[in-house]
Amino acid sequence: MKHHEILIAGFGGQGVLFLGRVLAVAGMFEGYEVSWYPSYGPEMRGGTANCTVIISDEEIGATISDRPGICIVMNEPSFFRFTPTVQSGGLLLVNTSLVRAKCEREDLEVLPVPANDLAKLYLDGAEVTNTIILGALLARCPVVQRESAERALVECLRGKREKLYTLNLKALEVGWEFVAKGA
Amino acid sequence: MEKILMRGNEAVAEAAVRAGCRLYFGYPITPQNEISEYLSFRLPQVGGVFLQAESEVAAIHMVYGAAATGARVMTSSSGPGVSLMQEGLSCLAAAELPCVVVNMSRGGPGVGNIQPAQSDYFQAVKGGGHGDYRLIVLAPSTVQELVDLTYRAFYLADKYRNPVEILGDGMLGQMMEPVTFREPEFPPLPPKDWAIRGKGSGPRKWVVCLDLDPKGLEALNLKLQRKYRLLEEQETDYDTFGDPEPEILLVGFGTVGRILKSVVREGKKEGLKLALFRPITLFPFPKAALFEKAKGVKGILVVEMNLGQMLEDVELVVRGKVPVFFLGHTGGVIPTVSEILEYVHGLLKEEIRV
Repeated sequence: MKHHEILIAGFGGQGVLFLGRVLAVAGMFEGYEVSWYPSYGPEMRGGTANCTVIISDEEIGATISDRPGICIVMNEPSFFRFTPTVQSGGLLLVNTSLVRAKCEREDLEVLPVPANDLAKLYLDGAEVTNTIILGALLARCPVVQRESAERALVECLRGKREKLYTLNLKALEVGWEFVAKGA
Repeated sequence: MEKILMRGNEAVAEAAVRAGCRLYFGYPITPQNEISEYLSFRLPQVGGVFLQAESEVAAIHMVYGAAATGARVMTSSSGPGVSLMQEGLSCLAAAELPCVVVNMSRGGPGVGNIQPAQSDYFQAVKGGGHGDYRLIVLAPSTVQELVDLTYRAFYLADKYRNPVEILGDGMLGQMMEPVTFREPEFPPLPPKDWAIRGKGSGPRKWVVCLDLDPKGLEALNLKLQRKYRLLEEQETDYDTFGDPEPEILLVGFGTVGRILKSVVREGKKEGLKLALFRPITLFPFPKAALFEKAKGVKGILVVEMNLGQMLEDVELVVRGKVPVFFLGHTGGVIPTVSEILEYVHGLLKEEIRV
């Protein structure tokens, strides 16, 4: 049985909602039930933003999660707010470029990804930390297949400039390789 | 059929266009602005008109004018905006004009906030304006159901010549889920021979919401009541889910209805015998079906994102034969699966009493 509850949080502008949408579209492409629920209103315009994505093989009831099994925190305020909510045994993916604090919970699997540093190192500092994180997540935990995520990226960027496709696909690769090669 | 991941607000707007709505009048308010945004580009594409009115009061009276011509027309708003529309809705109901109003409700009272809430149940279901009238009220719980009920809303509005309110909330409006847009299919409707379509050779018609003769006005009221009874006989709808012989029956509509579905599933894992009763039509309320479903249960737990509004209708149905319990949050706080389960455990251990 497949059932993933994924919470993604960060600053408005870090592409938190976009990352969630790519995951949801990829899950839909694979034939799963999916839902995407954002924080909305003023907080998505520069404050803290978050969204919950559920990918499941059964009809989705609650679209928010009290105890997400996967939690991605892109900045420090989100780290402090959401780390306590993660399900015991769950995965906490931390953007360590912006989160200095260490996770004190010992019952979580922590995946540190210095996304902003990776962007500087490999992608001229392009603002694609969200897609780097996505690549890292999928290399560790295949909530969806990488190919589906790539298709979903193209779908979600439809109508945008073409160089954004290539940049995002490259960012996905950077995140994936970072985890896959255990760098 | 192709599935598209779509936001609730955009899905309701696209469904309206596909249902033949060509006229929209509205005024911005969060959390439903994507409806207006979408229709502002979509309606001109199909030869329709999108118009941002100067206020909700103006918007609902523009709806009145458009509906009087027989056109399919809609407006949308949220809590405070829908409050401003109540005078117009009373007039639409009195003049028996079909239209669709979407309320993506938010925390109240007053300006409240922009988070999801269900505290507009009384306003929608009991008639928020003056006079003895009812709206047909539909409560979708998924984005797909929002699409399907939008189709049905336009059909029911025309069939019964009555305003229909789709009562969603900020969560349903803002969330994305996969949807398919099947072709709306409904039985044929009677011609709108009452519609005012300009000077011609036909008979003189008028669409008004007043009658100065007491007997005339009473006759209109009695006619409306016959219509509401007919609605109860023919159009009630609901969803059930879970154990066929539940110990506790959970009752909730819209967003809470789907949360309760998770509660039923999680409860089953813990050995609990739970079932869900989710009214889809809030008016007409599915009284007979709920009465049947309530037979033999130890208790009913009503959960709402308000402090007990549909609760009153549930209590009227069971008339004290079954204990009715209530769990509610308001102001944008969303009930969680684990707290509802904990409450159910408390009920079964009889730690909580009526």
